[in-house]
Amino acid sequence: MHTSAVITTPVPITATRAKRSPVAWVPILLTGLALAYLALVLFLPMAVVFVEGLRKGLDFYLNALAEPDALAAMKLTLLAAAIAVPLNLVFGVCAAWAIAKFDFRGKALLITLIDLPFSVSPVISGLIYVLIFGKQGWFGEWLFDHDLKVIFAVPGIVLATIFVTFPFVARELIPLMQAQGRDEEEAAALLGASGWQTFWRVTLPSVKWGLLYGVILTNARAMGEFGAVSVVSGHIRGETNTLPLHIEILYNEYNFTASYACATVLVFLALLTLVAKVIVEARQHRAMNLAVAEAREVQGSKA
Amino acid sequence: MALLQRRHVLPGFGPALGVTLMYLGLIVLIPLSAAFIKTFTLTWDAFWLTVTNPRVIASFKLSFGVSLLAAAINAVFGLLVAWVLVRYELPGKRVIDALVDLPFALPTAVAGIALTAVYSTKGVLGAPLAELGIKVAFTPLGVLMALIFIGLPFVVRTVQPVLEDMDRGYEEAAHSLGATPLQTFTRVIFPTVMPALITGFTLAFARALGEYGSVVFIAGNMPMVSEIVPLIIITKLEQFDYAGATAVAVVMLVFSFILLLLINFLQWWVRKRRAEEKA
Repeated sequence: MHTSAVITTPVPITATRAKRSPVAWVPILLTGLALAYLALVLFLPMAVVFVEGLRKGLDFYLNALAEPDALAAMKLTLLAAAIAVPLNLVFGVCAAWAIAKFDFRGKALLITLIDLPFSVSPVISGLIYVLIFGKQGWFGEWLFDHDLKVIFAVPGIVLATIFVTFPFVARELIPLMQAQGRDEEEAAALLGASGWQTFWRVTLPSVKWGLLYGVILTNARAMGEFGAVSVVSGHIRGETNTLPLHIEILYNEYNFTASYACATVLVFLALLTLVAKVIVEARQHRAMNLAVAEAREVQGSKA
Repeated sequence: MALLQRRHVLPGFGPALGVTLMYLGLIVLIPLSAAFIKTFTLTWDAFWLTVTNPRVIASFKLSFGVSLLAAAINAVFGLLVAWVLVRYELPGKRVIDALVDLPFALPTAVAGIALTAVYSTKGVLGAPLAELGIKVAFTPLGVLMALIFIGLPFVVRTVQPVLEDMDRGYEEAAHSLGATPLQTFTRVIFPTVMPALITGFTLAFARALGEYGSVVFIAGNMPMVSEIVPLIIITKLEQFDYAGATAVAVVMLVFSFILLLLINFLQWWVRKRRAEEKA
């Protein structure tokens, strides 16, 4: 820092300006290029979904959404998310508590294993459940004998959804709880708080925004999952179709406008997720700044 | 024994770790091991014949080639986008910054049909490109566009924090010592962001390799030409060739695990470099 100050001071300001002026177009060019790339790659496809969905007018659009098969697909999508999200939430909190608040051997390996579902192709995520619960699978015969269905039925869809959204809450919470440290919890425990009291009153309030974001991400991914669910669903209309699969079927039947109409629902979901992210990040940032300020005050009063 | 029974001040270690390991085992590890166990029902020859089938080889070439190209293009433009977002003031910057995550949040099937609408021969960009003789949708070029879409946030989000941390003093020093902007970029900025850039590139590549939903709609899925590996697995499953599907899946899984280890190493490297910069 000091060296740069020493070097820059002797150069008169006018000289610096004169030297910089030939490259003044660089920021403009770079900004233009970056915006053009984003517009082409991201914004244009998103806008096209709405244009295509509304091509046949608002009535057609609303009918496509209110059609029984579409409603059944939305219901199943909500159901899968309603099971997958709480389960992965409980898991994420347990994993983060064990990893962030205690030391044990194999912690790095455990974190890597929790990340595994991110690096597995969605198609393979579906395939592995077919190998276990499918007709030729490990439990295939037993399930058949007992008249139970997992694959090409709702339980398979729920399992595949749980798998693909497995790491999100844990991934959000682990770094936050590690950064938070253990001092406050240990103080609470020494003052006689029970484990649950410590968690609810000390840990949770300072990670709640990160936790909320983890839940939102899990939900977005659960409702939008396509590849894994596609493998285990069997595409039975009104029964095992989630909203993304319903969109695929409509598309493959050349019912394009209805397909894009249903897709707009998921675009709204994605946009809501991004808005939630911005809000949560701002809150988390503020909470952390507050904590830092408080810590300084405490240190100041001690001094 | 004394070591194992070491007491913790905080309660709940046993139950928390127990739930974590049980859930991890039931949902992830046992099902994944099923894929490996299933391939052992194949003889080595049958396995080899399946994965070296010309159509399978062609799909591996396509998936690897196009994923690499898409990650490379995103490395260049992702760095550019991150740079603009960190360094320049522009109206609506917060909205643009938030929208970079769109490919994370948007369901892949929606991305797939959206990109097909844009690049089909009747599409906004597809029509003028078709007049120039360039067909995008239903060709490998379409696969490339889909993989560029889903990979963009990985590069931007890994490079952005490193650029934010960067001490501008070095650039000013380089400038006042007479370095041209290009020299400042290649000698000062690029070496600092390089580890993060490689990490983002690898993340985008790993994601692209397994991607299915956004690709199948735009690819046209022609055998030997525009058929990706995940689609080969689906096709084999639809023909009830479970062993064949699993053989191809296991090859993919091995590549994914190697990439995961590489990514873990790269992220450790980036963290170390950032800590050194701050020190």
